[in-house]
Amino acid sequence: MYAGEISGLKLGKATRDAFGDTLKELGAELPNLVTVDGDVGNSTRTELFALAYPERGFNVGIAESNMVSVAGGLASCGKIPVVASFACFLMDNAFDQIRMSVAFPQTNVKLVGTHAGISIGEDGPSQMGIEDVALACSLPGLIVCVPSDAACTKAATRALITHKGPTYLRVGRGKVADLYPGGLKFELGKAIETRPGSDITVIANGLMVAAAVDAATILAKENVSVRVLDLHTIKPVDREAIAKAARETGAIVVAEEHLHHGGLGSVVAQVVGETHPVPMGFVNVGDLYAESGDPQGLLDKYGLTSENVAQRVRETLARKAR
Amino acid sequence: MPKLSLDELKAKALTIRKHIIRITTEAASGHPSSSLSATDFVTALYFGGFMKFDPKNPGDPDRDRFILSKGHACPVLYSAMCEAGYFPFEDIMTLRKLGSPYEGHPNMRRLKGIEASTGSLGQGLSLGVGHALAGRLDKRNYRVFVMMGDGEMGEGQVWEAAAAACKYKLGNLTAIVDQNGYQQTGATRDVLDMGNFQTKLEAFGWATQTINGNTMEDVVQALDCAVTVTDRPTAIVSQTKKGFGILPILEQEGDLNYHGKPLTPALAKKAMELLG
Repeated sequence: MYAGEISGLKLGKATRDAFGDTLKELGAELPNLVTVDGDVGNSTRTELFALAYPERGFNVGIAESNMVSVAGGLASCGKIPVVASFACFLMDNAFDQIRMSVAFPQTNVKLVGTHAGISIGEDGPSQMGIEDVALACSLPGLIVCVPSDAACTKAATRALITHKGPTYLRVGRGKVADLYPGGLKFELGKAIETRPGSDITVIANGLMVAAAVDAATILAKENVSVRVLDLHTIKPVDREAIAKAARETGAIVVAEEHLHHGGLGSVVAQVVGETHPVPMGFVNVGDLYAESGDPQGLLDKYGLTSENVAQRVRETLARKAR
Repeated sequence: MPKLSLDELKAKALTIRKHIIRITTEAASGHPSSSLSATDFVTALYFGGFMKFDPKNPGDPDRDRFILSKGHACPVLYSAMCEAGYFPFEDIMTLRKLGSPYEGHPNMRRLKGIEASTGSLGQGLSLGVGHALAGRLDKRNYRVFVMMGDGEMGEGQVWEAAAAACKYKLGNLTAIVDQNGYQQTGATRDVLDMGNFQTKLEAFGWATQTINGNTMEDVVQALDCAVTVTDRPTAIVSQTKKGFGILPILEQEGDLNYHGKPLTPALAKKAMELLG
């Protein structure tokens, strides 16, 4: 059972596909848009752009360090380079290049980490980007965005590429539920209230937003009203929406497909601590490396499920001041 | 775009060497010896008619680019740019001081005319590949010069960039290896012997020359030759001496590397006399 199914959401496109489609669209609008690939363009979907605009697509081979710095140089000359690779190979392998050729000089480079999280599946832990959000968030001046579904990814891709400054977009390999069939209002740095609610708030990003919506559906039957916030932009974070959720609902659960330390959970906890401290619970990969397996099996085994979010909500509610 | 005669270039190099000593001694930190090895080459680039640039319009999209990948040698860059009219000498005397944009390693966000923020070794050539690709896309006629150190050539990324430059036949890219023979803890040949840089770069498809980089005639001749190549990237292995210009002082101090050490005011006075 996929996340969102309980709530009647239809399975849509993978977020990497939505990214690839949007990138190709933007290629027609932005003559300065270029791609720099580390020979995984058919996986990251930058291939769609590179095939349409071959003179603007550069494949520098399996050389991520060079890939990122080349993009830094292109950006210094007014190009808008999109650099995509698996999240782990981009963010982990080329971290110093991202620091020195992108973040520190604030070059207009668009980093895109695909195949993020454990839901990449059978390829196993060496291919799973589960540290990337922590690494990205540590860099001053980098916008970090983890969209939840195809529509959100389309909007995020467009917003990040047209934004002036360095950005990181994180997308996944597999299909995810469509959360916004009626459209969405997307603004960088502004959380989306995906479901209204008053007893507790689940703040999520990526494929865990659909799991949060399911948790809200499950808990509605137990007369618990769960607010769901799609916090697609982790940096700069929507402090106002988080503080409001803490104040109005009095408890918060954070759900993400990332390690326990340094991701969305850490960022939200800092804001809650600084604004309106309330009991918090966390759903994430934990402090470990996973294993090979089918994507849904992995999500189930490592607790990234709708039922597990619901259970964490129950536990956190029990700690809520009455 | 000044074009000085050989004698004028030699005189300019002396002036720049004196600036390097003055500003690093004033800062009481920094890398004068790594700057001095590269001085003749940097002087030839800025004043030998090899780069078109305008200090009043540092963002000119058609300018030639110089990326100092061995960022710790920035005293030579600041001093050459000072002489070229980018900034006055009293400004670069604030080198490494709190609030000064003349940081210990180049910071492009704080200084116009600096092409890249460097200091984490190994990234400059890749940045240069980016500049060169952009120039080709935009059909602009500029050349990109990237200077690296010989110790820096141990960074794997340099060779990733070398391969990419060959793939894209970047005839508008020239790499300079300032082979001064030393790195932080000792002689480059002892720390990590990379063998013959010319052979290696040629194997990567680069048109390569090896020269004495502390002889202005050689430097000018090598650059004259390099800029005529337009079908593939060019490299110049510039064999130099770390601390060239004040070698007697390094010998007297018993440290031919003198890595990351400024001269004391007393030694700086001696250096000035030596440089004339």
